[in-house]
Amino acid sequence: MAVTVLLWGALTSTATVDPLFLPSPGAVVQAGVLQTQQGMLWRDLTASVGRVFAGFGLSAAMALPLGMAMGTSVVICRLLEPLMGLIRYMPAPAFIPLLIIYFGLGELPKVLLIFIGTLFFNTLMIMDAVKFVPSELIETTRTLGGNQSQLLTRVIAPCIAPQVLDAYRINMAAAWNLVIVAELVAANEGLGKRISLAQRFLRTDEIFLGLIVIGLIGLLIDLGFRQLMRRSCAWAN
Amino acid sequence: MKLRVDNVSKWFGPPGQAKLVLDQLSFSVNDGVFVALVGRSGSGKSTLLRLIAGLEQPSSGQVLLDGQPVQEPGPDRGMVFQKYSLYPWLSAAENVAFGMRLQGRNKAEIRERTAYFLDVVGLDRAGGLMPRQLSGGMQQRVAIARALAAEPKVLLLDEPFGALDIQIRESMQLFLYQLWERTGLSAVLITHDLEEALLLAQTVHILAPSPGRIMRSVKMQLDRSDFQGLRLSRDFLDLREDLANGLRHLDSDAGLQ
Repeated sequence: MAVTVLLWGALTSTATVDPLFLPSPGAVVQAGVLQTQQGMLWRDLTASVGRVFAGFGLSAAMALPLGMAMGTSVVICRLLEPLMGLIRYMPAPAFIPLLIIYFGLGELPKVLLIFIGTLFFNTLMIMDAVKFVPSELIETTRTLGGNQSQLLTRVIAPCIAPQVLDAYRINMAAAWNLVIVAELVAANEGLGKRISLAQRFLRTDEIFLGLIVIGLIGLLIDLGFRQLMRRSCAWAN
Repeated sequence: MKLRVDNVSKWFGPPGQAKLVLDQLSFSVNDGVFVALVGRSGSGKSTLLRLIAGLEQPSSGQVLLDGQPVQEPGPDRGMVFQKYSLYPWLSAAENVAFGMRLQGRNKAEIRERTAYFLDVVGLDRAGGLMPRQLSGGMQQRVAIARALAAEPKVLLLDEPFGALDIQIRESMQLFLYQLWERTGLSAVLITHDLEEALLLAQTVHILAPSPGRIMRSVKMQLDRSDFQGLRLSRDFLDLREDLANGLRHLDSDAGLQ
């Protein structure tokens, strides 16, 4: 990490590279300071994070019951899996034109894009986790007198918790991809929007700033999920 | 308590190509009696236990518990599986308490009975440990305590020591015998180990394979005061050799087919 930054600094200070292609670390920091002072960075950041949380939260909340239903019921699985398998292979950004026609240019189509783009992955990964719950645990529960709802809430749910958190952690990266794509197409603010504006004015330093901020937030969210997993599922480590 | 397996047959597979796994099996288990079923793989012994547990339904015949036909699993038939079946996210004590929680018993009672059954299986100090911190033998003890705590009328044991090392298996056999002596529980043990069956049970049924059926039944009154010495006593070894011969005949018959 430090080596990369040093190398970057050395490369730009010797002026062998056109600053239009590669701005110096100092210029990027400066752009960051400026945007922070103007309140722009914070506005962009909250806009993007808000969209990701809304879209991904919706997707996570729906994927859990859906995945558990598909994992426990053969009928529901056979009903939904072919459809999901198909939609999963349609690239989510391809839905953008449709979403714009349906819902305009506001927040809803962006949130929905993230929702559509992550729902099927979340659901299928949760379904798989349910299918891998050891049959001994399920049968033990039944011989102890557990009914279907007790089986779901007290055995299957805690048993798959680590895999669910891991699925969320992995698919969160896709949500970040999608929010930037959506903002590149149409938005008033957001980290993706800032990057596309910077491109128009050849502000490479602002593009670099945007990329670095996006990367850092992604890293933070990833760490957050890992922490959550370590705390709540210590038994699985 | 009286468990009766009445003329039970079980077919597996699609109609037309179904395979007969159990062929008109009958036996009963009286209150406080330890019954063992011994058979090689393919004798349908695990299927038989699953039928008693209610995890499978017989193709014909029925399983009766106190005169009532068994239709689904229930806490009156506690089951211990060969593979470790503890809930890995719960401590040993929480595992023991689990069945009682499902039954909705009150907290004080659960706490008291959990402590009691952990003590019964000799793990009163291990209640706070997680399953992965326990050895294989300890895990099976917790599984037995968990089954007993739900107050079953009969305990079903599906090769409970099959995955354990031989030394641990021997000490677990003694443990199970002492547990039976102390609690007077009724039990059905499935095993491929003839010695294990003879050590623990008062009635041993030998199963013949493909399709599974009872080939021979033996009722015994062995003096078990010297449990470990029993393995080497003349009577025990004679009985074991006699039954083992019968099993060997089965194998050679199967080889001729």
